[in-house]
Amino acid sequence: MHFGPHLLLAALEGLVTSAVLALTALGLSLVFGVMRVVNVAHGEFFMLGAVLAWAISTAISGHPALGFLAALVIAPLIVGAIALVAERLVLRRLNYNPEATIVATIGMLYIIQQLALSFYGPEARPVEPPFSYRILLPWFGYSGYKLSIIAASALLLIATWLVLTRTRIGLIMRATQYDSETAQAFGIPVDRVYGGVFALGAMLAAIAAVLIVPISQAHYLMGQDPLLLSFIVVIIGGLGSLRGTVVAAVLIGLSDGIISMFFSPTLAKIIATLLVAMVLVFRPQGLFGTASR
Amino acid sequence: MSEASPAKAYALHLGVIALLFVLSFMLPDYYHGLLARIMVLAVFAMGYNMLFGYVGLFSLGHAMFFGAGLYGAGLAIIQLGWSVPLALLGGIACGAVLALAIGLLALRTTGVAFMIVTMMFAQVFYLLILYFAAWTGGDQGQVVPQPARVLNLGATSLDLTNPTVRYMSALVLFALVLLVTLAVVRSRYGRVLVAIRENEERTKMLGYDTFSNKLIAVVASGTICAASGAAYAVLFGYVGSSFASVQYSILPLLWVLLGGAATTLGPLIGTVFMYYVIDVTSGYTSAYLLIVGIALILLVLFFPKGILGSIRQRWLGWLP
Repeated sequence: MHFGPHLLLAALEGLVTSAVLALTALGLSLVFGVMRVVNVAHGEFFMLGAVLAWAISTAISGHPALGFLAALVIAPLIVGAIALVAERLVLRRLNYNPEATIVATIGMLYIIQQLALSFYGPEARPVEPPFSYRILLPWFGYSGYKLSIIAASALLLIATWLVLTRTRIGLIMRATQYDSETAQAFGIPVDRVYGGVFALGAMLAAIAAVLIVPISQAHYLMGQDPLLLSFIVVIIGGLGSLRGTVVAAVLIGLSDGIISMFFSPTLAKIIATLLVAMVLVFRPQGLFGTASR
Repeated sequence: MSEASPAKAYALHLGVIALLFVLSFMLPDYYHGLLARIMVLAVFAMGYNMLFGYVGLFSLGHAMFFGAGLYGAGLAIIQLGWSVPLALLGGIACGAVLALAIGLLALRTTGVAFMIVTMMFAQVFYLLILYFAAWTGGDQGQVVPQPARVLNLGATSLDLTNPTVRYMSALVLFALVLLVTLAVVRSRYGRVLVAIRENEERTKMLGYDTFSNKLIAVVASGTICAASGAAYAVLFGYVGSSFASVQYSILPLLWVLLGGAATTLGPLIGTVFMYYVIDVTSGYTSAYLLIVGIALILLVLFFPKGILGSIRQRWLGWLP
């Protein structure tokens, strides 16, 4: 294969990564933006989504699309419910203190990971894609399912954007993010908004995981990389900014896909992590928004 | 904090060291070996506590300092054929230099950003170990050959693979770091660190250079952690990338939270207690991470001061 088609393939793979990353990072970004909570367990909600997708799709017989669609609906709901319970039982009692919540979400990370290992096991298990149509390009055939991931992710991002900017719920969320005390004074149930946002963030990660699992298999340690990458995306894009998150996700996903194809994936990760750490050190204000802390 | 009584505090700490010395002759083999390991890891926790407990700087990347000591000493022996004392010094120096560089960068940030930055630098350190697998052994790790683990002191040579020698070496390191920590936190400098933790702006206004004070604390903390890592490589003879992973940044946090942040003996108590809990529960379940997770959540919810912190608050106000 020549360099051009090779690059195109790398770019397509990168776009698939970007699509999943944008959804996952958006969840992390919403939780930080509205609640000021750094959710270290976010990657585990992602993993939980994939593992549940495997469980649901194997429980349902018949056409693979049936099991997949059921997983796409049910898995995020279960993950959202788990996140809601965790938020009510733990984070709320900590008064959303930034440092205490980090310790608590580290605890959640270990608990979820270990439970997945105990009940699901250490194997990586595949989920059958809902359809296996290959699109034939002049140089190579490309999985139609992978392209549909990009489309699904774009639709979900637009939907989230519409909810945030055009609906009453979005207005309430933005008001809480802007100034939670004033929002409370105006009768917004800030407490319930927090619970909802935390569940929503986890659900976005779970949806992303269900979308990716037919091409990458479900494994109990699969939450680690998305967590780190989401952090990177959210920091570069600016926390709480939807547009920034999407742009950064495309940027990181594409460069990750291209660098990983031509160089070592480890080297790609080292460079990305180091760059982001430097961005945080030298431009922290542009990254955590303009909120005073 | 009530008025400190130096004699009482020093007597207590010397008593703890004496107790650990006596235990060496009373414990059965298994616990003897375990306690030697715990003492080395408690040094790691003490290094973490110096920054987290006393200065209030919340790092999620201390595994890189432990790893710097571990790899600095281990690779010096394996790859360069250095002698044990030289390798120990080399490992500690690696940690100190790394801590200085990280401190200069990371201290520009505060709060949540400081945590994420330290975590990311530690991740880079961890990935570098994997990337240079040809040299470091990657995720397989490497064994420090037994014949090299001998400490030559003049005419006598100590075999560090011998359990008693290993225990006593661990105790010497532990005692040294414990007494140094005690002296530091009781000194004027220690008071300045606590002042920074309580109110950095006010401390600055009183004329203290908070940045350089914090930088010294980061270097001291990193050096102590590196000493623990270097000792681990020499005493237990294994150098592996898992010791530089995120998990080893979180474990010292857990030990310190459990024992009591900003108490000199808390790190030891937390480490012993956590190992004891894992040991007891390992009879029922292999899900050791589950226990770590639950412990973290319960601690932060109901017991934020830890064991010694609560004792100090209730009964013994003079505890350092």
